[in-house]
Amino acid sequence: MTAEVERINVVDLHKHYGSLEVLKGVSLQANEGDVISMIGASGSGKSTFLRCINLLELPSAGTIKVSKEEIQFKDKLVGGNKVPKDLRQVERVRQRLAMVFQNFCLWEHMTVLQNVMEAPVHVLGLSKVEAKDKAEALLNRVGMWEKRDVYPSFMSGGQQQRVAIARALAVDPEVMLFDEPTSALDPELVNEVLMVIRDLAEEGRTMVLVTHEMRFARDVSSRVIFLHQGLIDEAGTPEQVFNNPQSERCSAFVNSIN
Amino acid sequence: MDWTWVPQYAPKLLEGLWLTLQLTFLSIVFGMMLAIPLGLVQVTGPNWLARLAFGFCTLIRGTPLLIQLWLLYFGLGSLFPSVPVIRETWLWPILREAFPFALLAFTISVAGYSGEVMRGAFQNVSKGELEAARSFGMRPFKVLKRVWAPRAIQSVLPTLVGEFIMTLKATPLAATITVFEVYGVSNSIRQNTFLVYEPLLLVAGIYLVLVLILVTVFRYIENKMPQRALR
Repeated sequence: MTAEVERINVVDLHKHYGSLEVLKGVSLQANEGDVISMIGASGSGKSTFLRCINLLELPSAGTIKVSKEEIQFKDKLVGGNKVPKDLRQVERVRQRLAMVFQNFCLWEHMTVLQNVMEAPVHVLGLSKVEAKDKAEALLNRVGMWEKRDVYPSFMSGGQQQRVAIARALAVDPEVMLFDEPTSALDPELVNEVLMVIRDLAEEGRTMVLVTHEMRFARDVSSRVIFLHQGLIDEAGTPEQVFNNPQSERCSAFVNSIN
Repeated sequence: MDWTWVPQYAPKLLEGLWLTLQLTFLSIVFGMMLAIPLGLVQVTGPNWLARLAFGFCTLIRGTPLLIQLWLLYFGLGSLFPSVPVIRETWLWPILREAFPFALLAFTISVAGYSGEVMRGAFQNVSKGELEAARSFGMRPFKVLKRVWAPRAIQSVLPTLVGEFIMTLKATPLAATITVFEVYGVSNSIRQNTFLVYEPLLLVAGIYLVLVLILVTVFRYIENKMPQRALR
């Protein structure tokens, strides 16, 4: 038996906006090779949770470890949020994660190729030649090599999201975070993106995925977490969560979507 | 119409043109160097700095450039000679001249107007693109340099070009404080030759050509930047 390598370990995460508590103590552990899908109704806190992992949102309480490195926070809360002690640490941790956003969020003043080369060159310090070779290989992989000199606003949502995935892959992330990667897409474009993500899951990439694509979540995940009003209501293998849920709410949610 | 004076005054006109170009170009460059931080702090804070920047932009945009120019030159400028110590320093040859005061006035004018433009520009850059940059571990200054500022400037370039054209066309005001840029030269030609219209027509033509050059240069830069697709 090989030892599990821990990638993400979040314990008892809370987040509130003013008096509204969005996360009421959510924990998650992801080991190397895990594909964890988070499902739940809108407003259940799943995106907020994901965005707390790389600190795009600051949590109100809880601990976050990425590859065993715990993010250090100051003792005092600011506006109800924990504030990182050391911004350099946050940047270092973020370099090991890569996020794919709902709205793609490609940099519109850069071509496809420049988008994919940006972080490797300007964050990781790769040479331009190296980064270009790598970017072209990744674009080839997501089927976007022909579009390498095109600006994002000229492409369909599906194409943009595939580029965004290539951009995320370019930093060799330890964990990929997908924040509803197909929610902003026209229905006929969803599949081309899911195919790319499925491909990544199958090669053993560690990923945490917030999604509304139930069938997809069932197919690719090693674990599924159902969030309801800021709490984990059901968690387990896809079979458990989709075929034999213990919670009524989860059962109702899964059935209503299917 | 009488144009026989042109060859005689051509050297003077070229000198004036050179001054006009210097004044315009340098005030745009220095003005933008101030405008970018002026716009940025109004979006990022801290609050006191944002207020200060807003106050500066309001003051500059709220008062006529001619009065700013005169206050700087006749007001501030006349204070310096009364301080004997200044006469001994290296600053004196600069403060003795009118040009630095004109440059200062035009620079803060560009800074005030473009600072306000840049505030809106920084505010309108999509939050997602900035988050994407941060999510890769980019440092705040690099986010500004690589994503935020380029996206902001790109979106307001046509507006900025308008400001630059206004700046160029305001440079004749400098003649009122003895900076003999091209309009100032034409004025002295009128006094010497007793011609009323011809020097004015020539100088109007010169400004028109300068504006056309400015527009062409920025059109070229704009075309180098990605256009938004029609959706």
